[in-house]
Amino acid sequence: MSEITSLTLYELIKNIKEKKISSNEAAKSFVDRAEKSKKINAYVTENFENCLKLSKEFDDKPNFDLKLPGIPIAVKDLFCTNEVRTTAGSNILNNFVPTYESTVTQNIWNEGGILLGKLNCDEFAMGSSNETSFFGNVQNPIAEDLVPGGSSGGSSAALAANLTPVTIGTDTGGSIRQPASFTGTVGLKPTYGSCSRYGIVAFASSLDQAGPMSKDVKDSSILLEVISSFDKKDSTSIDFKRNNYSSELTRNIKGLKIGIPKEYRVDGMPDEIEKLWKKGIEYAKDCGAEIIDISLPHTSYALPTYYIVAPAEASSNLARYDGVKYGLRSSGKNLIDMYEKTRSEGFGEEVKRRVMIGTYVLSSGYYDAYYLKAQKVRQLIKQDFDQAYNKVDAILTPSTPSSAFKIGEKSNDPVSMYLNDIFTVPVNLAGLPGISIPAGVDKNNYPLGLQIIGKPFDEQTVLNIAYSMEEKINYKNNITDWWMK
Amino acid sequence: MTIDLKTVKHISKLARISLDEKKAEKLATDMNSIFEFIEKLNELNTDNVEPLTSIAETTLRFRDDKITSENIREKILKNSPEKNDDFFVVPKVVE
Repeated sequence: MSEITSLTLYELIKNIKEKKISSNEAAKSFVDRAEKSKKINAYVTENFENCLKLSKEFDDKPNFDLKLPGIPIAVKDLFCTNEVRTTAGSNILNNFVPTYESTVTQNIWNEGGILLGKLNCDEFAMGSSNETSFFGNVQNPIAEDLVPGGSSGGSSAALAANLTPVTIGTDTGGSIRQPASFTGTVGLKPTYGSCSRYGIVAFASSLDQAGPMSKDVKDSSILLEVISSFDKKDSTSIDFKRNNYSSELTRNIKGLKIGIPKEYRVDGMPDEIEKLWKKGIEYAKDCGAEIIDISLPHTSYALPTYYIVAPAEASSNLARYDGVKYGLRSSGKNLIDMYEKTRSEGFGEEVKRRVMIGTYVLSSGYYDAYYLKAQKVRQLIKQDFDQAYNKVDAILTPSTPSSAFKIGEKSNDPVSMYLNDIFTVPVNLAGLPGISIPAGVDKNNYPLGLQIIGKPFDEQTVLNIAYSMEEKINYKNNITDWWMK
Repeated sequence: MTIDLKTVKHISKLARISLDEKKAEKLATDMNSIFEFIEKLNELNTDNVEPLTSIAETTLRFRDDKITSENIREKILKNSPEKNDDFFVVPKVVE
């Protein structure tokens, strides 16, 4: 049998159920590997001792009917975990220990999952490279000094380095799919309203959505089944009938119509991305899908729309960090001075930039010109998808306009960093489900992903197409464990 | 349109983030390049378009007017940087 840490979630569950591996053995393997992988900087907070203890308790009294029986899992540090420090990658929450649990993580523990620890991420999930984290850069296991993507960069790195069997991230503009693409892993952003936002540190509430990240498509279907639930504690949670995603997973996609949007062929897109996309189209055809050319005419307006809507919502959400109720407090000569110093010292550069943009577009005299305008364009972007879905069942695009870049390469140019999310942002604006699967490599052997976008609440079709294509693509990550040497 | 230093300082007041001169200048540069990119939206005529405020097309649910969490005072105060008995402490606001 191969090493415990390199098993997929499905294989690990099977081995635990067949009593070939105990929960405690699994936990020990992941903890040992994490101890040797400090250089990746995936963890912000370790929960190793507690994980080992709880795994022993599971083994003493096992329940194999659970969906995640005694499975150790590390999660993005954006999910509040009861009695375990939750930082959101920010200095302002450096000492924050929640007294409650997010619904998504609670769902995981209810099904037998055990918390390994909290994973690094861009500060308040604002970034595409994990470089905005207060807790330092994360190394992409693919190659040294390469970013793991962001904002769920600690999650994608931990997954690719075999530090956790699966993980969860959050995706506001691509923060699950882009890091998955950069690390040769699978990342799914569900339909807005599928997974509860309760207990997730808020960034942009009309866009934020939690989702699974995994080594293969089947694992994402297992985890989605656990985390997707209707929740009264989230006012935008939607009460729809959820599939049994893993048992309904099939490679029969014959006759499904897959759209290819011509507007995703953007200026300056590298040849290798274009080639990858063409290869993807061939794979989809091989699987029995019908390919149809479509148009999403407002695609090029998605990023400018996002960079109004997301900062506007962020500036409101982040108003709560005032140094009074929780988090960092700096001393000031009066109340206002205390607020200003706390926020100046507590927030990093990118967060300040976005709060400033958001405050500006919402300020008196500018609201109509920016925020209202962006909401109107958002409507047009959503209508593009509505119309496309009259003709097709799903849409196939590249996940990102490039492979992973070097640490420091884009950190001084915010706009070039934002362009990373060009293919993922429209999906958040329209609230749709989207998955990134590894589909090939570039000239440096760095992974490249393809994205499958579905109709609202149709995660099953998205997963089925991904599952079928995955088999044809047969991608294998070639990771050398260089960080252990 | 350009965002000048004076505007940046005004916005930083509204956002309650103190900035020194150097940081304010850097932010002005960054914000201008970002807004240059955002201005693209003006190409579109949106006069007759309804704004999309929420993707979840649901009306807010009602719940019973009942207390669901009791005796959580300690939990709420637990992470406070400064407290005194059952209160959050802030710098003096009245003379």
